[in-house]
Amino acid sequence: MTGPTKQGVGNFLAKQGILIAFVIFMIGFALANQRFIAMDNIFGVVRSSAILGVMALGVTFVVIGGNLDLSVGSMMSFSTIVVLDLHDKVGPALAIPMMFALTLLLGAFIGFLVGYLKLNSLIVTLGMLSAIHGLTLTWSGGKNMDIADKSGTWFSFFGQDRIMGIPVPILIFALLAVILSMVLSKTPFGRKVYAVGGNGQAATFSGIPRARIVFMTYLVSAFCVATAGLLQASRSLGSQNTVGQGMELEVLAAVILGGASLLGGSGTVFKTVIGVLILGFIQNGLLLVGLDFYVQYMVTWAIIILAVWLDVAAKRGRLWSPIA
Amino acid sequence: MTEQTPILRLEGIVKTFPGVRALDGVSFDVRPGEVHALMGENGAGKSTLMKVLGGIHAPNEGQIFIAEEPTIMTSPIQAKAKGVVFIHQELSLAGELSVAENIFLGELPRKSFGRVDWAKLYTDTDKILKTLNVSFNARTRVGDLSIANQQMVEIGRALTVDPRAVIFDEPTASLTDAEKVVLFDVIADLQARGVGIIYISHRMEEIFKITDRISVLRDGQYRGTLNTAETNEDAVTQLMIGRSLDLSRNESSHDMGDVALEVRGLSCGSLFNDVSFAVRKGEVLGFYGLVGAGRTEIAETIFGLRTPSAGQILLNGQEVRITSPIDAIRLGISLVPEDRKDQGLVLGMNCRDNMTLPQIGDLTTGPFVSNGAEVAIFDQYRDKLDIRTPGWRQTVGNLSGGNQQKIVIGKWLSMRPEVLIVDEPTRGIDVGSKSEIHNLIRELAAQGYAVIVISSEMPEVLHVSDRIVAMFSGAVMRTFTAEEVTEDNLVQAISGITPQKVA
Ligand SMILES: Nc1ncnc2c1ncn2[C@@H]1O[C@H](COP(=O)(O)OP(=O)(O)OP(=O)(O)O)[C@@H](O)[C@H]1O
Ligand SMILES: [Mg+2]
Repeated sequence: MTGPTKQGVGNFLAKQGILIAFVIFMIGFALANQRFIAMDNIFGVVRSSAILGVMALGVTFVVIGGNLDLSVGSMMSFSTIVVLDLHDKVGPALAIPMMFALTLLLGAFIGFLVGYLKLNSLIVTLGMLSAIHGLTLTWSGGKNMDIADKSGTWFSFFGQDRIMGIPVPILIFALLAVILSMVLSKTPFGRKVYAVGGNGQAATFSGIPRARIVFMTYLVSAFCVATAGLLQASRSLGSQNTVGQGMELEVLAAVILGGASLLGGSGTVFKTVIGVLILGFIQNGLLLVGLDFYVQYMVTWAIIILAVWLDVAAKRGRLWSPIA
Repeated sequence: MTEQTPILRLEGIVKTFPGVRALDGVSFDVRPGEVHALMGENGAGKSTLMKVLGGIHAPNEGQIFIAEEPTIMTSPIQAKAKGVVFIHQELSLAGELSVAENIFLGELPRKSFGRVDWAKLYTDTDKILKTLNVSFNARTRVGDLSIANQQMVEIGRALTVDPRAVIFDEPTASLTDAEKVVLFDVIADLQARGVGIIYISHRMEEIFKITDRISVLRDGQYRGTLNTAETNEDAVTQLMIGRSLDLSRNESSHDMGDVALEVRGLSCGSLFNDVSFAVRKGEVLGFYGLVGAGRTEIAETIFGLRTPSAGQILLNGQEVRITSPIDAIRLGISLVPEDRKDQGLVLGMNCRDNMTLPQIGDLTTGPFVSNGAEVAIFDQYRDKLDIRTPGWRQTVGNLSGGNQQKIVIGKWLSMRPEVLIVDEPTRGIDVGSKSEIHNLIRELAAQGYAVIVISSEMPEVLHVSDRIVAMFSGAVMRTFTAEEVTEDNLVQAISGITPQKVA
């Protein structure tokens, strides 16, 4: 049972808790450092958040469907290495679809295990995190992967170019966010994802193929990871095997920060985007304030906890709940 | 009953939720040793009032007095400490834990260093279970119990303290007659100890059997209190819904068509065995039996949720293979399941989305769900079933129990099935809506639907059915026509006294 809630304005606040936390952070940082709200800084932040953001969009589907995906970081390393390697072997026009196909295959495998075999997603994706890392190392032979002719390829378009002054990664992130938001909120598939995550048994009783829906959420996630890998590879044109390492937690943090419940059944693409931006701006703000890089890790997490707490507190209508 | 100082008094309670004024200045009191019924339509505010009393909701206005002391309830724990115990409408047990752990949840007996005193826990629990006269023990895992037994565990929770007042919110909704007797004994016991009982139910027979006074709420407002001994069902109904009920069965004579659904020799492990029956278009076939007789399992097998071990299912004379609800829905079968919270609804979703869920794939324009089509369906069934909600955007979990049930019914009616199976369709539904749902079932039959009604309420089965299948322990004992059935021979059949099978 929820505790007492406030009415009117209070109710609005409760629903928008995370947005308000976001605004407060922004104002705080802006007061501390004018440069924070400069246009080019904002662009910079969004652009560097784009890769994380694209991945978070996919994980949003998985989490709303009631599961976890901890393999996205290591899968993104895989996509990046694969597309860079294939770039020089078969050319970019073929490398890109091949990389997408391979990444989707990995997603399908996870989706099969979690959806059809009904294995625990935490265990499966945690296992896949290291299994895919092994796969990446096997592919690359453990070496860094670089494109031979870095200036002579159009492949750099995705990560480095601008269209009408806007960096392409931002455009791709925005486009994907809009499309996936429509898929989640406006299509029958999206509705089924909410139903499966909200109450799997009721979904089954309603004739919704639970296994297939879960399977599909992992395909969406893999597609997003492949896109992120493309952006990453295109931006740097060379990469280590561990480029995505640790991103799974940041991605999950962004999704949860956006207000999706780990229990499934709630969350939206829009909220995830807010979560991604909060995370990006916090890190940027701390940098501008001049905080030591190592301390940043700790402060970032403290701020995430604070944001989530404010959000929950706003929903409960009080900061502290003695009731379970 | 003589005037005594009330054990508990509520005065001018107001409680609003966004878009809903759930309680509008309600006053109410309970005397020691009385059973005080709280009645009203679905959504009238009964559960909300009790949640205010039980410390779950803070009222916007009004005061609570315990033994004439003004009291502010801040949490269920505190309410319990003050002797007010709440037995909820929706069960809230931890399925993975034992009966003992559930009963003493949050107050497990301790030894030194905070270790749980298991021995004491189990003996204390067994003492409580003994007063409840149940068949399971303290170590049983709650998830393995039937809903009825889980209800008993919930009641057991109330007995861990010496309560001053116990609130029962629709305790009998999922109990069998035998279990009800036990419950009423428990209540009589508490009553004799001077405990005040608040009893919420939609079942008139019970109300008139065990209560001393009846208070009525309507649309969040207090409508008055009657002495049970000096009133009658009709007067209470008048107060509740503002009119009398027409309980006659509207016998629009209609012809029955061909057999829509036939089941031959259907078995499923030890759950039910060699079950055969047929239901025609335009017919209402009732299934009556005790909880555990296998009725729900038969419905689930027809709906593709269980795999039969033997037998055939025929639709319109054709044998069909149904391996999942998807098949069943495609073939035009709808099932309103027994347990709305776990099987019927996604509680976190809004009303409209829940109602259109099984057909969401068909409500599209291009790749997108058509908002207009969805809202149209919702509006149609909201009106048809008189669902009380501030709007389709309301989260289903925020509706009153009865209105939630109506959403489930609407969800499956809107599929326009050929065969409609309803399992305990009026659980938790108020008298007015109940007779409306009964009428609706008759009306659907008149329109040519084949309807199967599973119910543990004898008046309900007798009222709506054209024929009644009596089941006992997984087997069909006898099939009655409306003319030959009487309460007596039905009771006999479902208790396994007449083992001979008459087709
Ligand atoms: N948490 C909540 N948020 C919003 N509205 C609520 C909430 N709880 C109850 N309501 C609304 O308050 C009104 C009263 O609901 P309540 O549950 O008290 O009815 P009830 O009399 O117990 O009905 P029933 O017989 O169906 O159980 C309903 O309109 C319901 O939708
Ligand atoms: Mg209620």
